[in-house]
Amino acid sequence: MAAEDALPAPRRPDPAETSAEPVGSGPPGRTRVVLAEVSRRPHWVAGIHTELTQQTRVGEALIRGLVRAQLALALQLSAVVLIGLGGLPWLFAIAPSVGRMTVLGVNLPWLLLGVLSFPFLVAVGWTYVRLTERNEQDFTDLVQRPER
Amino acid sequence: MGNDLVVPAIVAVTLITVAIGFYGLRLARTTSDFLVASRVVSPTWNAAAIGGEYLSAASFLGVAGLILKYGVDVLWYPVGFAAGYLALLLFVAAPLRRSGAFTLPDFCELRLGSRRLRTLATIFVIFIGWLYLVPQLQGAGLTLATLTGSPYPIGALVVGAVVTANVALGGMRAVTFVQAFQYWLKLTALALPAIFLALQWQADGRPAVTPPDGATFRTATTVVVEQRAVLTLGDGQTLEVRPGDELSFAEGEPVPEVSGVANGATDWLLPSDAGSDDRGLFATYSLILATFLGTMGLPHVLVRFYTNPDGAAARRTTLVVLALVGVFYLLPTIYGVLGRIYTPQLLVTGQTDAVVVLLPEAALGAGTTGRLLAALVAAGAFAAFLSTSSGLLTSVAGVISTDVLGRGSVRGFRLATVIAGVVPMVLALNVSGMDVSQVVGLAFAVAASSFCPLLVLGIWWRGLTDAGAAAGILVGGGAAVTSVLVTVLGPALTGWPASLIAQPAAWTVPLAFTVMVAVSLATRRRAPTDVGRTMLRLHAPDALRS
Repeated sequence: MAAEDALPAPRRPDPAETSAEPVGSGPPGRTRVVLAEVSRRPHWVAGIHTELTQQTRVGEALIRGLVRAQLALALQLSAVVLIGLGGLPWLFAIAPSVGRMTVLGVNLPWLLLGVLSFPFLVAVGWTYVRLTERNEQDFTDLVQRPER
Repeated sequence: MGNDLVVPAIVAVTLITVAIGFYGLRLARTTSDFLVASRVVSPTWNAAAIGGEYLSAASFLGVAGLILKYGVDVLWYPVGFAAGYLALLLFVAAPLRRSGAFTLPDFCELRLGSRRLRTLATIFVIFIGWLYLVPQLQGAGLTLATLTGSPYPIGALVVGAVVTANVALGGMRAVTFVQAFQYWLKLTALALPAIFLALQWQADGRPAVTPPDGATFRTATTVVVEQRAVLTLGDGQTLEVRPGDELSFAEGEPVPEVSGVANGATDWLLPSDAGSDDRGLFATYSLILATFLGTMGLPHVLVRFYTNPDGAAARRTTLVVLALVGVFYLLPTIYGVLGRIYTPQLLVTGQTDAVVVLLPEAALGAGTTGRLLAALVAAGAFAAFLSTSSGLLTSVAGVISTDVLGRGSVRGFRLATVIAGVVPMVLALNVSGMDVSQVVGLAFAVAASSFCPLLVLGIWWRGLTDAGAAAGILVGGGAAVTSVLVTVLGPALTGWPASLIAQPAAWTVPLAFTVMVAVSLATRRRAPTDVGRTMLRLHAPDALRS
């Protein structure tokens, strides 16, 4: 926890960068002369975790996929809000009769904006947290899958 | 007003705030205690603190006042203030927490590695922070003046001094507990009187909010006009009034129609429709854009995310905040609507921002219940001023201490707090007559046109360059800042120019995004080489980091 408690400096090293040491092979460019067989180990043994932190093509493709999935999810849910809430001023403008409708003695726009919009926003947020955590879980499972 | 309970209630809130601040001071020992509360703050406390910090004078007083004045069209303010947290949750919360950036300038340097961009971001953080602080202090001055008849500067100075001292001495750890306490105080201070008001409305035989033949005064009322306006009296006669004019109305006399206010039942009750005025629709969408996208760029909102232990916790905290803020925003509407019945004189005086603090006594009478509830509301209003100002001051002071003074020490932070607090106090004393909610709305527009594109593109697009980010902030944010200055200082405009300047977000936000993308594409070679590593850091699930 010592590193976590330090004052947040802009260039503070992140745990993800420092803690995940490669399992077998040394840093690229370093030559080993003692155990020739070790240095000739196939690359895949190092594992996807290392692929990620070592910025290999595979790791790059993996993280790109995750970013794309997360962004798509965020955009889809913001589209839901844009249509659900953002469409209302337009709807009231082109169809004034909708604005005149009353439910339980309250005009519909007051009910929609003043009351129902808030649970709607929370519901969208709750859905996002569930789905985004599922995306991350899938990714984690993929990365931590036991090596062959 | 003569309510002898108001001053004790305000003093109590201030003392409790200071007391919790000093309790926090005993716990705050190191610099990290001061700045990030050592990340031991639990998500529930943190969410209540974020909510407490966010619900400002504009939410507590301004929204109800606007609803009283303009009706259904301004319900977009509370909806947008809440929806801003959804945008924050969807696009920013978890990656920003994982980035390790404590402030917006930190994020600039971390993502794009540019010191100059960091300086530019610092300037915008300080501008937005002060733009948001001034109306808080003004609201405090006006509220105290309305309730106790004290001179206007007293309230502004008291709130400014208490907040500056508290932040300088207790730092953020103390602030977290203060803010969480103040969220619950603000919710109670609006909810409890609202229940009594609703019951009173039932007992009065449910008087119509928009009676068919116009609103009437329920009691004999004497009104002192505060703003220049043209009144249309019940018999069709028009009357031009100036500040200081005194008007008397008998019981049952119709409320005069006031220029610049939604008077008739249809104006107030129904949304503006397209045929008559496209500018109304433009203003509505501009407001939606500013509030939805501006929240993520407010300096005091971002600082809080660093107190979450990881990205997933940041997301869950944001969701809880969204729910807490949503519950709160159900209440101002009740005050705005009932204010139409019980305090119509505020439409004539122009002091609609006072509806929340005046309504309990106006509806329930000056008996013990009415006075107690009025005191509770006043205490809540002061909690709103204190908490938002504390949060803003902490973030502005944090930026000043690290980026302007260049010191990370506790002493540097204290010095920065004093600097950050004194400037808006001086401004608040000298600039009066600005409308609380309007200025807050402009702060949102500036944040939405500068930091929102920076954060969204920085987090999700690899192609962003430092030159692109700087150009976008300068052009989009600069256009929004210019609009603010013209609105506050410039001549009165009419027609489309007035709409474009008063609600600039609908054109400045797309402008900022376009410039940022275009310049980034043109300067593709400047894209940071470690962008892959940064993306991994921002988006890799927390489970993979230990």
